[in-house]
Amino acid sequence: MATNAPTRLLDVEAVRREFPTLDQLVNGRPLVYLDSAATSMRPRVVLDAMTDFYIHDNANVHRGLYELSRRATERYEDARRVVARFLNAPDPREVVWVRGATEAINLVAMTWGEANVREGDEILLTVVEHHSNLVPWQILAQRKGARLRFIDVGEDGRLRLDNLDKQLTERTKLVALGHVSNALGTIHPVKEIAERAHAVGAVVLVDGAQGAPHLPVDVQDLGCDFYALSGHKMLGPMGIGALWGRFELLDAMPPYQGGGEMINIVELECSTYARPPHKFEAGTPNVAGAIGLAAAIGFLEELGHDAIREHEQLLVRYGMQRLREVEGLHLFGPEDPEERTAVFSFALECAHPHDLSTILDAEGIAIRAGHHCTQPLMRRLGVAATARASCYLYNTTGDIDRLVEGLAEARRIFSF
Amino acid sequence: MDQDRSTPDLGSLYQELIIRHYRHPHNQGELPDADALVHMQNPVCGDEVRLGLALDDGRIRDARFRGQGCSISQASISMMTDVVKGKTVEEARALADRFKEMMHGDAGAAKDRALGDLRALAGVSRFPARVKCALLGWDALEEALKRATRE
Repeated sequence: MATNAPTRLLDVEAVRREFPTLDQLVNGRPLVYLDSAATSMRPRVVLDAMTDFYIHDNANVHRGLYELSRRATERYEDARRVVARFLNAPDPREVVWVRGATEAINLVAMTWGEANVREGDEILLTVVEHHSNLVPWQILAQRKGARLRFIDVGEDGRLRLDNLDKQLTERTKLVALGHVSNALGTIHPVKEIAERAHAVGAVVLVDGAQGAPHLPVDVQDLGCDFYALSGHKMLGPMGIGALWGRFELLDAMPPYQGGGEMINIVELECSTYARPPHKFEAGTPNVAGAIGLAAAIGFLEELGHDAIREHEQLLVRYGMQRLREVEGLHLFGPEDPEERTAVFSFALECAHPHDLSTILDAEGIAIRAGHHCTQPLMRRLGVAATARASCYLYNTTGDIDRLVEGLAEARRIFSF
Repeated sequence: MDQDRSTPDLGSLYQELIIRHYRHPHNQGELPDADALVHMQNPVCGDEVRLGLALDDGRIRDARFRGQGCSISQASISMMTDVVKGKTVEEARALADRFKEMMHGDAGAAKDRALGDLRALAGVSRFPARVKCALLGWDALEEALKRATRE
């Protein structure tokens, strides 16, 4: 058996045929979708899996003693096992279904944070965090009288860890950071930070919303204690995501929301709660969403992490080279392509990002313009907004060529 | 493939006059003797304006601003400060109403000479996502008029 078989190359044209939304004209031109960091497209297998569930197995889970409910429950719990395997989690009970990474982080802030953070404690974040990994901790810190501290970022878009030893103290209860920056595409050295955080006894939460779609994730190797992901950024449906947490942490945490499914015995005055993960899953869950996310993971795994990463690295290198040819363009983020996902955040001297977005839209090119839910980072970079083109496995070098042509058109319009 | 649904005309949006005002805005700066100073921001996109108005006997004697943002927001503010100078408070409010009508696609408003250079912004009405950019300065104007005329 071949032990080091060469990486299979991604057949992008075949991949693209699986994404019906990509196949359309926008303003008379074939759509170029460069906003996957906001939300990805969904392949047919995901849509089919959800439709199939509603057509054949539609029933509530963990309730009925009849065939349909049994099947629905099985598919729902199978999906949980798929996520656990995808993250290399030791136990599927460590995977909690949530609406997305935002809810996963809020869940940890409201349960683990409520039980463990006290006055004078510190929570260490980074200045590049998405608002969803910032605001829940602000709310917690304000309620508890805790203090937020921040790892800074350099001009090169990389976290500045030179102060980390001073920032991590016995008061640090939690370190929360993104696996990959949504605004810059920087891959953060999560493993190193987790190791150093654990040395002072802090718990580590990783916001994987931009990591899980692009990088192989092994929560045991990363050494984190919580990992949050959003289904809709990794080819899955909107409204489903997962929180992974170490079982002993989850088991010791108070419940999140009260209701059905999260209980054991209910008396009029008090109740006992289910064990994880169901303790955190009050109410009828998003069963079709979970099944859709499992189908998305199946799609990603069939293509293979290595092939996806190699394809995206090709886009990173090509994109960096082409964008740097554009006169007056400043590209943010690290120099080393290996430290990036295929996210290009940039400013064009002559035209504001919103104008760029409108001009590109007229050419059928979808990019994001604005602060990318990272207002503190924008202030740190000294800009009000950037234009961001973010790629995924279905993007091609031709898409980047179209972007560069669109930017030339913007320069022409703004040359008066 | 799906049918193409819309083809906005970029030329109607980015007229040369708009780009000129964006690159060289009129009436920039502070107004030390302002009767009203308003800071307004669009939280969605981060565009902002600081508008100062000085009134004399019910008339706008001077209007100055500092701002940052896209060409549509900044050109709209630049043109607005040109056109409201010398106008009475009522006339300025009427212009704001007229401009909003133009942003909602009113063809009559788009030909109204009272709007001056601002008519170059008529094309914005065909880009619904950008209408709020064009209105930022006018929201600031209405707030400034309210403050300046408060008893």
